[in-house]
Amino acid sequence: MSSRDEILARVRRNQPAAVALPSLPVFAQPAGPAIERFKAGVTRMGGKVVDPPADGIEALVERLFPDAKVIASAATEVRGNRALAKAQPADLADVDVGIVRALFGVAETGSVWLTDRQFGVDSLGFLAQHLVVLLDPTRIVGSLHDAYRDAGAFDARYGVFMTGPSATADIEGILIHGAQGVRSLTVVLAAP
Amino acid sequence: MKRIDHSEASSKFIKATDHLDFHDKRLWDLRQKRDRESGALPEWEALRSLASAIKEHTLTHLSQYLEEFERNAVKNGATVHWATDAAEHNQVVYDILRSRGARTLVKAKSMLTDECEMRPFLTNRGIEVMETDLGERIQQLDDEPPSHIVVPAVHKLRGDVARVFADTLGTDRKNSDVHYLAESQRRHTRPYFLKADAGMTGANFAVAETGSVVVCTNEGNADLSVHLPNLYIACIGIEKIIPRIEHLGVFVRMLSRSALGSPITQLTSHFRAPRKGTQMHIVLVDNGRAERLGMADFWYSLKCIRCGACMNTCPVYRRSGGLSYGATYSGPIGVIIDPTFNLRKYSALPFASTLNGSCTHVCPVKINIHEQIYKWREVIAARHQLPFVKQEAMRVAGKVLSSPKLYRAAVETTGAGIEHLPRFMMYNKLNAWGRQREVPTAPPYTFRQWYLKNRADRGKK
Repeated sequence: MSSRDEILARVRRNQPAAVALPSLPVFAQPAGPAIERFKAGVTRMGGKVVDPPADGIEALVERLFPDAKVIASAATEVRGNRALAKAQPADLADVDVGIVRALFGVAETGSVWLTDRQFGVDSLGFLAQHLVVLLDPTRIVGSLHDAYRDAGAFDARYGVFMTGPSATADIEGILIHGAQGVRSLTVVLAAP
Repeated sequence: MKRIDHSEASSKFIKATDHLDFHDKRLWDLRQKRDRESGALPEWEALRSLASAIKEHTLTHLSQYLEEFERNAVKNGATVHWATDAAEHNQVVYDILRSRGARTLVKAKSMLTDECEMRPFLTNRGIEVMETDLGERIQQLDDEPPSHIVVPAVHKLRGDVARVFADTLGTDRKNSDVHYLAESQRRHTRPYFLKADAGMTGANFAVAETGSVVVCTNEGNADLSVHLPNLYIACIGIEKIIPRIEHLGVFVRMLSRSALGSPITQLTSHFRAPRKGTQMHIVLVDNGRAERLGMADFWYSLKCIRCGACMNTCPVYRRSGGLSYGATYSGPIGVIIDPTFNLRKYSALPFASTLNGSCTHVCPVKINIHEQIYKWREVIAARHQLPFVKQEAMRVAGKVLSSPKLYRAAVETTGAGIEHLPRFMMYNKLNAWGRQREVPTAPPYTFRQWYLKNRADRGKK
């Protein structure tokens, strides 16, 4: 008998009496506009939220990261100086600022949903020192339940809820932003 | 196999008072943060009931969901392997690595691979294995297992980390600044991500409906471990399956709130299929889980989502440290899981509890942890796994406690006796309560004596 069949047979033999699957209720959302809760969520998790500047996102990136040399943008409306089209994952090791557009945001947590289609090269969201995420402010859902209710949105090869920059508190509980992934995360509330 | 003596092992930890005080405070702080987060959600209790019911449903239909998960994972282009036990798991992983000529493995934290003792197995066969979670890496470099399932090096202070990093990574021995230490690890680890042949993660959830592997982390190391190498291996205990994507809403909302008191981990990653030109392997591991599923009193422990809330709230865990349990899983959840792996070796662990029920109260999936701890004590006593001293003490206590007359006589004479007993009679091996603490001064009279004098006549009026 293969290990697979052995495990499945043992599981079948030992499964306790069936318990029914509950259906998920819709919970009431907290008061206040979703956009304000989203902003508070991002800030709490160590990220920043900014409105789109009049002089364009490229100018904003320059102001935020004056020392950045390598800028790689996966967002069509922003041009970087590093092409992503033929890049291998490890090629992005020297990227100072990555730019990407999120599909939607979650007010409850301040998360942005990013998938392989947005990144182009998945490693962009983790090897870059800093990440700028463009988000249409009309595309913010209330809670994680709302986000996960549409299974179709999760058919990406890879998808991630990113909430603030990478962080660690593994030494004495001291919170450090910029653990192993991006050191900072800036969400720009810009419609495409 | 030698029995783990929890109280003996914890005495070392208790002697290091700086560490003990910090450990106690840090974990209690996590518990308080968890309280603030759970209290802020009016639906918290409803979520707990849902999470528990979804898990119970899945576990009682586990074979069909495992098959559904496998079907979808294969459809996604992943290769699915099954391992009945730790040895087979390690061999499967090694065979995958060897068949691809992989020599370096970067991995995210996984309790399962610790449970299987995979690292030494692979290292002995010439594979370089690098833990990339900061806490887990500290423990790897110090040649110690993790002491907590969420914060692996929580028992260490910054000075300890500075020592470990100076000895192994060549950092400045005198610099114990936490930012410096974390930055040193970031810089040391990054080249490994870039050159590694293979990456590995565990799983917080595996979704049957889509074949997705869901990993909740904060540091970004899991995603780096997957996105850079051309080979990705996910090791998953069979109890991690959940039926549908929508159920992630329930579990993801509770996991980090329970674990760290944050609304969500910085990263909640969903790996469904390999990127073009690379391979994704999934190893589904039993290692005693299917057997536990058949244990009437104990199968509920399989609902666990490994948040660690029960550890943070446990007064025994906070004051004895995870390493004193001598097992992969420590704290209250460890106490009820470990005996299923080896009853004799872990027979002392169910006694490392006050049975205060706090663990059950904070558990996001409503595992009746303290009741299971009590049930394990019954099993261990019935199978004669109690140490002699405890057996004798319990036999005498049982006799005294079952007879009101004997009890009263004992209480009255003990109170009077404590004052006059020589120290060696109070503070010896037979009296566990006399260890590491001074017995308080006995009151001048017993409760019964006080009651008879002050209250007994009231009932008659």
